[in-house]
Amino acid sequence: MKTTVNKIIKKYKNDRYRLMDILLDIQEELGYIPEDLNQMIADELSISKVELDETISFYHFLTQKPLGEYTVYLNNSVTAGMMFREDVKKTFEEQSGVLFGNVSSDGLIGLFDTSCIGMSDQEPAAIINNVMFTNLTPFRVKEIVADMKEGKPVEEMHKQNFGGGKNSSDLIQAVVKNNIRRKGPVLWDPYEPGEGLRKSITMEPGDVIEEIKNSHLRGRGGAGFPTGLKWEFCNKSREKERYIFCNADEGEPGTFKDRVILTEMPKMVFEGMAIAGYAVGAKSGVVYIRYEYLYLRKYLENTLSELRKAKLLGRNIAGKNGFDFDIRIQYGAGAYICGEESALLESAEGKRGEPRDRPPFPVEKGFKGKPTIINNVETLAKVVKIIKKGSTWFTNLGTQESAGTKLLSISGDCRFPGVYEIEWGHSIYDILEMVGATDVQAVQVGGPSGILINPNQLPRKLGYEDLGTGGSLIIFHESRNLIREVVMNFTEFFIEESCGSCSTCRNTPFILKQKLEKILDGHGVVQDIDDLVEWSKNLKFSRCGLGHTAGNPIITSIQNFRHLYEKLVQRDRDYDTGFNLAESVKESCEASNRSTVV
Amino acid sequence: MSKPVLATTSLAGCFGCHMSILDIDERILTLIELVEFNKSPINDIKTFTKQCDIGLIEGGCCNSENVHVLRDFRKHCNILVSLGECAIMGGLPAMRNGILIKECFHEAYLNGPSTTANTGHIIPNDPELPCLLDKVYPCQEIVRIDYYLPGCPPRADLIWETLVSLISGKPAELPYEVIKFD
Ligand SMILES: Cc1cc2nc3c(=O)[nH]c(=O)nc-3n(C[C@H](O)[C@H](O)[C@H](O)COP(=O)(O)O)c2cc1C
Ligand code: SF4
Ligand code: SF4
Repeated sequence: MKTTVNKIIKKYKNDRYRLMDILLDIQEELGYIPEDLNQMIADELSISKVELDETISFYHFLTQKPLGEYTVYLNNSVTAGMMFREDVKKTFEEQSGVLFGNVSSDGLIGLFDTSCIGMSDQEPAAIINNVMFTNLTPFRVKEIVADMKEGKPVEEMHKQNFGGGKNSSDLIQAVVKNNIRRKGPVLWDPYEPGEGLRKSITMEPGDVIEEIKNSHLRGRGGAGFPTGLKWEFCNKSREKERYIFCNADEGEPGTFKDRVILTEMPKMVFEGMAIAGYAVGAKSGVVYIRYEYLYLRKYLENTLSELRKAKLLGRNIAGKNGFDFDIRIQYGAGAYICGEESALLESAEGKRGEPRDRPPFPVEKGFKGKPTIINNVETLAKVVKIIKKGSTWFTNLGTQESAGTKLLSISGDCRFPGVYEIEWGHSIYDILEMVGATDVQAVQVGGPSGILINPNQLPRKLGYEDLGTGGSLIIFHESRNLIREVVMNFTEFFIEESCGSCSTCRNTPFILKQKLEKILDGHGVVQDIDDLVEWSKNLKFSRCGLGHTAGNPIITSIQNFRHLYEKLVQRDRDYDTGFNLAESVKESCEASNRSTVV
Repeated sequence: MSKPVLATTSLAGCFGCHMSILDIDERILTLIELVEFNKSPINDIKTFTKQCDIGLIEGGCCNSENVHVLRDFRKHCNILVSLGECAIMGGLPAMRNGILIKECFHEAYLNGPSTTANTGHIIPNDPELPCLLDKVYPCQEIVRIDYYLPGCPPRADLIWETLVSLISGKPAELPYEVIKFD
């Protein structure tokens, strides 16, 4: 084991910045990272053991003990729950004889929960030994567990056809479906790899930035920051060593559009990075991609090789002397917070993914302290089309303040879940018609960190003027229990994914959850509803966007569905803690072997 | 007009908060002029003999008896005040929250360094003893609490100011140093 680990560390030249790759490689080789090697790994990388320990323990998918020959990570996002995840979970437990959170006694099967894995349009889904399984049913689970008991490799367990498009290509071979429901005028405008890049090098770098500014392109990762402006800031730095990062962490539950882009048009994304590299004089780019998309690894690596062969990456690219730009792929290891740009950089430097204090912003001090542009997958893909067809073409699409199109990830209760590229400016009402949703009770716009809107708000329009979004829309039918199924699930998501740095974000969602439980258990009073709103305000004092938005599921559902809460709280009492004396002494009476007389 | 009636108790606390009440020094003479004491360890009255105006609670609830006493206070006091960290948050005793009670018992009675005298390896279970709760609860998770005085213990000035304002009905003057601790 030691030699294997040593070899891996050597492969990365004992570079502590490559710790994520080192840990992922060790885990891939050995199945886990043996704890007794921590000291040695730390020494080899000249970091303290504590630094190593805290990094390993931060990531959901890194483990210091074996988690089974087959490790099942069953997604627990809200849409999975809506598609009968409970039945699937139960079947896994029954068939394998082990409860979730544990490994079977023979070490064969480990069952674990995991936050949204980017498959909301084909739930319930699970990752088993890095292979994606979608649309699970109890029947299918029985087959899978039977295969496990026979010792079949996961790659051979598939009974369905592979998913459409590139999903069935030799290098992917995944059952994942693209579900492309609407090919829009920007991403699907016909294109040959290299067209955008070749055009950009006929322009001055400053003019490339100018063109992007004129296009009014805003970041498609959620925050909507003007892309051209970001590039300009980076360009103004005195430091000459610069980096381009593509944010492919896509962790916001209900979002899966970056997965489709990376499957169908990765060259466009990489080309967008090269254009950014040209514009600001960066020589290297990094795609930070979530661990859940490991099944795309070979394919993406191969795409990079193809681009190198076509002289669209590497040295003197696109025929321009002195224009060097190359890209490497950096996998994460399971942490929603690593989508936040400064946490992403920390993680890419081989540390815990804890957000940095800002300012300085990444464009001033980013990767390894150097100016760094971080853009979302979709943003970078769009850059290519803007350069190719011009900013006016782009601004002619969409609305006054929201130029162009948006790729939406739509899931939940509708006939056609999947991705849709549409121009900004459509109302939610239009969208619901487009996806075949009826009797809608609520729509979650922008994932758990966004807002839950009610039917009166369906005329609201998608766009920065009103509903700006990273593109996740989850639809809930009138039969859904919004508080129990939705608000609770989202709140638990934030509890699970908080990095734990700020006391506000570490504690408040937990306390809010207890209050929600109390309300759901019938012990709520009117004051509890107001407390939920008041106490959520604490979260505004957190360091990053995760904390700032962690109260949103509760706040926006109270804003727009207050009647649901009011129905649950008691009218005849104004104080009820839900405390039950008999219940609370049970444990101690059992432990001391006495009857529970209170 | 009869004097306002005051009651106090210490639940899962260390009596430090009560010491802090005594820390008002000579103002204690004024206090007995201002109020009449009912159930309290200060005068050793064990049971309520009448309805009270103000109840001061030190400590959270760690066992069934604490819960009964606290509920009794809520019944007999018009205003209940949580005095100190333990009453407000559970305090030091709440360090056991999250640890199985069985483990706590084993440490306290069987395996800990001070258990050598327990030669019979007994975990106390006399019916006379109150039962431990699954965790230590702050008072407001058992009954409604009207006011909270922070501190471990709250400063004497804070206790004094609060009592005077509750009695007089005037707003309390609480300078930053009296309620803020870093
Ligand atoms: C908690 C949190 C998670 C985020 N996750 C992502 C993500 O998965 N993908 C993404 O592109 N941006 C994500 N962002 C936004 C990034 O911080 C950043 O704004 C974005 O990558 C910038 O690219 P853009 O301007 O092209 O959108 C996240 C932000 C926060 C606060
Ligand atoms: S707000 Fe939450 S996720 Fe963000 S830095 Fe603070 S603790 Fe971490
Ligand atoms: S708050 Fe401090 S002084 Fe008061 S009971 Fe608790 S530990 Fe003792």
